[in-house]
Parts: sequence; C-alpha cells; structure tokens
Amino acid sequence: MPSGRIERRFADLAREGRAGLVTYVMAGDPNPKAGFEIFARLPEAGADIVELGMPFTDPMADGPAIQVAGQRALKAGIKLREVLDMVRRFRARDDETPVVLMGYYNPIHHFGVEPFLDAARDAGVDGLIVVDLPPEEDAELCLPALAKGIRFIRLATPTTDEERLPSVLANAGGFIYYVSVTGITGAKRGAIEAIDKAVSNLKRKSGLPVAVGFGIKTPEDAAEIARVAEAAVVGSALVKVIAGALEADGRPRAGLVEEVVGFVRALAQGVRSARVPPSSAS
Amino acid sequence: MTEPLNTFRDGPDEHGRFGIFGGRFVAETLMPLVLELKKAYTQAKSDPAFQAEFDTLLEHYVGRPSPLYFTGRLTAHFGGAKIYFKRDELNHTGAHKINNCIGQILLAKRMGKTRIIAETGAGQHGVATATVAALFDLPCTVYMGTKDIERQAPIVFRMKLLGAEVVPVTSGSNTLKDAMNEALRDWVTNVETTFYIIGTVAGPHPYPELVRDFQSVIGREARDQMMKAEGRLPDTLVACIGGGSNAMGLFHPFLDEDGVAMIGVEAAGLGIETGKHAASLTAGTPGVLHGNRTYLLQDDDGQILEAHSISAGLDYPGVGPEHAWLHDVKRVEYVSVTDQEALEAFQLCSRLEGIIPALEPSHALAHVAKIAPELGPEHIILMNMCGRGDKDIFIVADALGVKI
Repeated sequence: MPSGRIERRFADLAREGRAGLVTYVMAGDPNPKAGFEIFARLPEAGADIVELGMPFTDPMADGPAIQVAGQRALKAGIKLREVLDMVRRFRARDDETPVVLMGYYNPIHHFGVEPFLDAARDAGVDGLIVVDLPPEEDAELCLPALAKGIRFIRLATPTTDEERLPSVLANAGGFIYYVSVTGITGAKRGAIEAIDKAVSNLKRKSGLPVAVGFGIKTPEDAAEIARVAEAAVVGSALVKVIAGALEADGRPRAGLVEEVVGFVRALAQGVRSARVPPSSAS
Repeated sequence: MTEPLNTFRDGPDEHGRFGIFGGRFVAETLMPLVLELKKAYTQAKSDPAFQAEFDTLLEHYVGRPSPLYFTGRLTAHFGGAKIYFKRDELNHTGAHKINNCIGQILLAKRMGKTRIIAETGAGQHGVATATVAALFDLPCTVYMGTKDIERQAPIVFRMKLLGAEVVPVTSGSNTLKDAMNEALRDWVTNVETTFYIIGTVAGPHPYPELVRDFQSVIGREARDQMMKAEGRLPDTLVACIGGGSNAMGLFHPFLDEDGVAMIGVEAAGLGIETGKHAASLTAGTPGVLHGNRTYLLQDDDGQILEAHSISAGLDYPGVGPEHAWLHDVKRVEYVSVTDQEALEAFQLCSRLEGIIPALEPSHALAHVAKIAPELGPEHIILMNMCGRGDKDIFIVADALGVKI
C-alpha cells in the first residue's frame, strides 16, 4: 500500500523525536456547528491525528461519557452522511492531518459497505476503527477497505494473547491501537510497566507504530504514555470537557470551543515534553 | 447453482453463520473469551458427564419433562384444530428460561469462572440466572432497564431474595437491549472472571447455538410425548418470538420434518403500522447488533429503534440469527399479533383452561385463535406455553383498567 497521511505523520513524528497526540471527539457533539469547529481546530491545538466518532445508539464498548456524546450528536441530527461531510469540510482546510473514523458496524452496514468506503475515501478519510469487527469478520469491511486504500486500524487488548496476535496483526494498517485496560472507554488506565511491555511486543511483531488509549485523562497521563508509545489517544476526557461546558438545556456555553482547544493544547504540551529530542540531548 | 438443502439442522457453520446471519461481531477484548467458550462448549457437548449432570438437574431441579397437555376447552371453543400445550410454564421459576441457565452455569463451572452476569427484560431470565447462581454459589449481577424494573417490580425482589444484585440500566431506551449493552460492558471489563449467561438465541457465536441446544429439550420431549398421545407428529408448531429461544427450542428437533409447519409469533405492539412494535422479522431489515447479524428494527441511518410490546420479554428490536435465516429460507412462517390480541388470549386461557399464561405465550395463543377455527379436527397444533403469567398480573390489571 502506498504511503498515506498516517504513515507520513508517524514518519514526521519519528524525525522530530517525539510521540504524537491522537484526539477523539464525537462528530457533531454537542451540535453540528460547534462540533465541526472543535474538530477543525484540533490540529492547530496540537493534535497529530484526529479520530472522529460516528454516533451509534448502542455503543456497547463505550463508557458513559462517549455514550452520552453519541446521544447528543444523534439528537442534533447527525447521521453518517453528516460525519462524512464534516471530513470533507475538514480536508478543504487541512490536507495533512490524518483523519480516522471510529464507531460501530451497523450504520456502515446499513449505508452499504462499498458506497460507504467510496464516500469515505472521497471525503479524505485515512483509516477506520470499527469496534465490533474483530479479525474473524475481516471479509465484512476490513478487506474491502484495504482494497480502497483505507487503513483498518486494529485494536489490541490485554486479552489478545500470543496465539491470537498474528490474526489481529494480519490486516492491520496505519497504527495499532493498544487498549490499555480490559474495559470500556473512560475506564481507569493500566499500569505503565505493563503497557510498556505490551507496546514493545506489538511494535516488534507488527512493524507498525503503537498508540495507547483508554483512561488517559490528563497532560501528565499523556506524557507518561508518550515515553513508551508512538502516540497517546485521548477520548473520554476530551468529550467530558465538552459535556462540562453545556448549559442544563444542552446548549453550549460561550467559550466552549476555546475550552476544548485549551485542553488539547495542554495535552499536546504533555506529549511533546515527554521525550527529550535527540538533537538537544547531544 | 445452489443445491437444495437436505437439512435445516446443521447450522451454524464454522464462522458461526446461519446463511448470512450470526457471526462474531464483538470487541477484540471479548474475542479470546468467545473462542474459549466455543472450545469449552464443543468439549462439553461430547462429554457424557456434562450431559448427565444437565439431564439430572433438568429432571430433579427443573421438573422435566414438562407435560404435554391437550386443551379440551380451548379446542372446543375454537371449534377447529386440536390444540396441545407444551407446559414449560410449569418449570421451576415459571418459564423455559431455566433450561438454558442450567446448561450455561455448568459451562461456567467447567471454565472456572467465578462470577455470573445476565441481562433481563421480563425478569424471567434474570430470575432463572439468579436461581442457578444461588444453586452453584456464584455471585450474580443482573442488568435490567429501569422501565422494566418499574413494570416488573415483584420479580426484582425475587432476584434479590435469590442473592443477585440487580443493576438498573438508564441508558438508551431503558429496556432489554440497553440491559444487554450494559451486560456486555461489564463483561468487557471483567472478562477474566466473569461468565455472561445470555438469555436468548442471540449474541456472538456460539451463544445462539448453545442456547438453542439447551432449549431443544423442549422439542425433543414434545416429539416423544406427541407420538405417545397421538401416534404421530403435530401438523403445526406455534411459539412466540422475542429473541426466540423458546421457539428455537421447540422448532429445532422438528425442522427436517416436511409435514410439520412452524409459526413464530412476534409482538405487533400497538400495530405494525404505528411503528410501536417489536416485530423485527415482519418489519425489520438485516443489520448487526449485540454480536450477530440479524433482522433489526432500525432507522434509515442504521440507528436501532426502540421496540414496543406490552410483554417485556418480547420488547427487543432484534431476533436470534437462526430465526432470521429460517425466515429467509422460508422454513418457518413469522407473523405478529398486537398487545390487544395478546391480552384477549391471556384472559381466554385463564378462564377456559385455568392456566394464567405469561404475556409472551399469550401472543402465540392469540395466533392459534386466528388459525385454529379454520382448520379441521384432524389438524394438530402444538403451542409452547413457555411461561406463566403471575409476573404479568399487574400489567394486565393496568391494561384492563383494574386497580388491585
């Protein structure tokens, strides 16, 4: 597969000698306008890769924060078409930052796999994370996505044993998303020593960069992860900042976007401060 | 070229598929466990000791075989086909759900799991799970939507008496599908220690297969009992469908009998045309939810719709994948009846037979009421009376405007 935005981004990060920050927001949360503004400003705040959530009524691997964010987006009328449209508008102003769509299979299944992949590729989507499609179901979406040059980003978890790892890595692309705990999004983070060990193993066996997610809540958490992995993923904590800046009736308070951008900036600083670049160390 | 099927009973395939339905659509965290479960079940199936323990518990603890009963007064009332009930409402805990729970807790024990979780809608599966967890001395957590907790308050207390923790689920529509989401979240978090006892023939492979196998005791017994009573097989089987475990248990042993017609009865709620129903085969489209591809109630964006039924046990926007397949290959006919029709059947059965049925099989009976008068006295209908109605008297009183 020819090098794409994800590969170029990780190559740049390697050259800079630092880890990356991957941010997750739910598309259209808390409403289409503010949601897009947040999404579009993530790169300038320091996000190296952006994940955009595709809302689903039954997000069975997500904790309360992302569930509720999905409900807000659905209530605001966000459908898969709107999600793709947001990526298209994002691409009109940023052709470098990789965009990864994350969600569940049913809305894609209902849209139709081929039409969805065509629309996603045309909009400028670089990768997909579909939580309820393990390698056993690769024929559904993973292989058709690869055929169109879209990376299928694989989740590896503490339950992914050595016997299973080859099938998990077989069609993996872009990067490996290491889920640091067994649990739902927003759960407590795993111990750093165990993460370090798992990341090294995944890196060696996949030859791909490893991003670590689940339970990273603060710039300090992000920095700690940035010392052992190629990237830190922050989702629930970011979504909570959005939830915290809403009025009782669900309308965003003035300054919501700035608040989110400020939080991402702090996370990015955490990640960037974690490793001393080789040039200044010498 | 497609060969005609020579059996309807050899599914699922190695990928857990019945035709295009079924599969293993779960998060990576759960995959190793789902594979381990498949392995454990395959071993257990061929282990005579496992089968013997299952059979012994069904006989002495559950009270099987459940009787096959000729309903003389209902038959006379409808004036057509002869109607038999398979009396699974007489099982310990009052429904067919216990058959499956016995099987799964034996598997949990084999796999060394130390904690049990379950989802429940009507509460029958929750009670059955809490019961076997008490019997095997394992801690048990049952997830139940707040809407169902409200309409099934006595059953919540029963689960607590049995030692289970009942966790109210407030996400989504606060019913069975949300309870299942929450149980899956628990499972994903506690995967090492926990066994998830799924209550119906749905979920990731191998659940639809193993729940069906454990429930097939219903159809096997009914077959033998009917041969004794009538010297032949029944002409038509009728069972209600939510997820579809009682129907699958009754139908499966008969699937290759050409002469036996089968009808699954879904909940039409307030009427299919109102959109407030739970008839996923009648009015749904294929999609992926809770680990399997099946027919689902969903909108034009693939978002799952809320189901509606007066019966909490049928109030689910999906259906087991094997039913989805049997629907597509037209081996089983799927129909629906409304809340109102089920309520009428509920009252009729209580008065004519002295059997207060659960609202779920009241749906099956409401369909029997439609077809029996049109059939001759030589036609034998076998209906699964899969649960008793004690749990439903408050809902029925409310629907009839009676204050108790």
